[in-house]
Amino acid sequence: MTHQASVEDVTADLLRQWSHDPFNLLQILIAVQQAFHHISSAAVDLIADKLSLPRANIEGVIGFYSFLHTQPRGLYDLLMSDNIVDQMSGSRELVGMLAQRLGVEPGTTREDGVVSLGYTSCTGMGDQGPAALVNNRTLTLLTPQRCEQIAKLIEKRMLLEEWPQELFAVGENIQRRDLLLDNDLQQGAAIDAVVSRGAEQVLSELEASGLRGRGGAGFRTALKWRFCRDASADERVVVCNADEGEPGTFKDRVLLQAYADRLFEGMTLCAGVIGASQGFLYLRAEYLYLLKELQQELQRRRDANLLGDSILGQAGFDFDIEIHLGAGAYICGEESALIESLEGKRGIPRIRPPFPVTEGYRGRPTVVNNVETLIAAAMIAVYGAEWFRSRGTPDSAGTKLLSISGDCKRPGVYEYPYGVSLETILRGCGAEDVQAVQVAGPAGQCVPPSEFDRSIAFEDLSTGGSLMVFGEQRDLLNAVENFTDFFVHESCGFCTPCRVGTTLLQKRLHKVVGGHATSEDLAVMSKIGSLMRESSHCGLGMTAANPILGSIEKFPEIYEAQLKSTGFEPAFDLDAALEEARQISGRDDAGAHIEGGGV
Amino acid sequence: MSKHFVIDGQKIPFEEGETVMDAALAAGVYIPHLCHNPEFHPHGSCRLCIVTVNGRHAAACITPAADNAVVENNSDVLMAQRRTLLQMLFVEGNHQCPACEKSGACQLQAVAYYCGMLAPELTHLYPVRDIDASHPDVAIDFNRCILCELCVRASRDVDGKDVFAISGRGIGAHLAVNSKSGKLGDSLFDAGDKAAHVCPVGAILQKHRGYDVPIGERLYDLEPISRVGDVAALEEDYNG
Repeated sequence: MTHQASVEDVTADLLRQWSHDPFNLLQILIAVQQAFHHISSAAVDLIADKLSLPRANIEGVIGFYSFLHTQPRGLYDLLMSDNIVDQMSGSRELVGMLAQRLGVEPGTTREDGVVSLGYTSCTGMGDQGPAALVNNRTLTLLTPQRCEQIAKLIEKRMLLEEWPQELFAVGENIQRRDLLLDNDLQQGAAIDAVVSRGAEQVLSELEASGLRGRGGAGFRTALKWRFCRDASADERVVVCNADEGEPGTFKDRVLLQAYADRLFEGMTLCAGVIGASQGFLYLRAEYLYLLKELQQELQRRRDANLLGDSILGQAGFDFDIEIHLGAGAYICGEESALIESLEGKRGIPRIRPPFPVTEGYRGRPTVVNNVETLIAAAMIAVYGAEWFRSRGTPDSAGTKLLSISGDCKRPGVYEYPYGVSLETILRGCGAEDVQAVQVAGPAGQCVPPSEFDRSIAFEDLSTGGSLMVFGEQRDLLNAVENFTDFFVHESCGFCTPCRVGTTLLQKRLHKVVGGHATSEDLAVMSKIGSLMRESSHCGLGMTAANPILGSIEKFPEIYEAQLKSTGFEPAFDLDAALEEARQISGRDDAGAHIEGGGV
Repeated sequence: MSKHFVIDGQKIPFEEGETVMDAALAAGVYIPHLCHNPEFHPHGSCRLCIVTVNGRHAAACITPAADNAVVENNSDVLMAQRRTLLQMLFVEGNHQCPACEKSGACQLQAVAYYCGMLAPELTHLYPVRDIDASHPDVAIDFNRCILCELCVRASRDVDGKDVFAISGRGIGAHLAVNSKSGKLGDSLFDAGDKAAHVCPVGAILQKHRGYDVPIGERLYDLEPISRVGDVAALEEDYNG
């Protein structure tokens, strides 16, 4: 944690390591942030100079990502995962305790610069929360005792490497296995399929299997690969989207941790089919703890001639994979924003067309697939389409990995055939007295018990894998608020409806929660929400109002209890608005207040 | 036979590769817009130009025209949605039209009039933003910036200077100036730059000229924007 090396030396080293390539800007900034707890003005100058980039663009990139900072963070940067499921298991109380114990307000850095405390979006540990990050390292299963222990370690300035390893332990937590997780895949078998049977044959098999994207959108994988293969270009790219940011999902974490060999197998298979020589794994910053092991796995595969030049002795089959880290931006899970981020830029979703399959990374035809999709593709290449179709429905072939968290006895990863009902899932994870299930994260749907006969499938409840269970005792409005806050934090800010709409919804919702809203406010929220749905630039904006729109429709009672019967309530609290005047005048007597907020 | 689509019942011819906006403007059909300027690569961020194409919402400036498509532009629903988008832009910044030098020649104001927006009914955010008067010839009032990125594009693509960039995220996204101090006066910016003449609102303003054209005789005081067109395209005629 101490460092003698100068900013200049370290930055110069990093620039060399990343080939002085502006497309690697984000990776350089992440490494500078890690080394110095911020990216100083001097570092920005140096990078701007060496990469011939405008300073403002570099600052624009720093300003975009949650984990990059121009002002120093504490030597220990402690961020509690703020998903609703973490909150339900006591995360907010733990932050309160840490704040008191360490003498630092949440959202600030202690004056001596030792520790920063704050919140971050879901860290992908919903099955073992409350979870947190310390300098981007994952802490799980936090309890008051563990937080006390952590506070002591911080006060002793103990190096992270010397902290007890059990604090960082991440369980795999696979609760149910089916087609994908129950069958072996021999190393190199899928690659051998494309080498021995040819790309066309593999594509046909993939087409016949009916495999669709597991990230949630459900685009036909074979079609995506074919578009990319048919695009005219000298170089093509395979990208694995491991930016698993949907709150409540963690199944890719488990796949990356326990099935990385299959993932790389799938990526290499894709490269063989489309003719790509370059591959990227875009790993969300929250999964930094997996980086070393993933790199070792890549090296093992290079040593086994499963990556590199002339893979499996096939002349011209050259392909390798590089890992790029994210830096705290949910939007980078959107494939074109992910590509922007891979190119070292702000993660703003691109205008489409052109689609990545024709113009992706550096303008090259690019396939972007989810972790689970690539693994399924590798398995299909070996076991065949019929094997895959033995599970699921006609429109949703195969199985789906679900990340189940919240109020149930056995949270974890469940592999179920598509078409499985919510009822079956809830029984399987030991969930009783369920009030609602949030399917597909905040962007998805909140499903009431009357609809638990619905099934997980592209034609019914489509999901990337997040499934959060809310028991009878929960206040659903808390969840709606949490999700709405999430989208305010994660909107990229590019288009008007999402940038402004998310904040306007947040303010109206706070009015509801505060007991100051009327039915007129619900009407305004619905108007803003529908506009966002229809006019936003990308899927984030189109779905950001779902928590509010969906709950007004399916759970009107949670609002009714909060509404006032008057026709109009002011949008602001008059008394609160006088706070600045009170501070300036130094007054806080009764005469300086308006009772009841002037309402 | 050449390709065409239909917009509100009117047949619009187009060339392959043109967007709905390109073809509509060429045919003299006005689609409300703010971030679009035909001199620059389309951006698609303000979303004012939402239309429906075969029943689906799309931003006209970035949607390729398609043969025989049915485009709706002037429907009550779309105009109501545009009014809400405009209200969002008004409450997001601090727009005090009566005190703004650009009033009457401001595209935000003119489009709002055109779409029938009467008042910013949404919750005002009242952000605290700066004014940068460090440059001798040009001032920036960030209170009025609507993040259309026209100055960013002009400085990068025409002036070759990269004076502007966007920083921050979400509601915190903001225009940034490329200089160590972050001040316009310390940047390469020049009053003769293209970037000095593309702002559709009163965020980038020429100094040393106040109210040369009296209120009441300004560009959009006389005719609606649907007939006059964008202020940037008319800047030379209008401001000399």
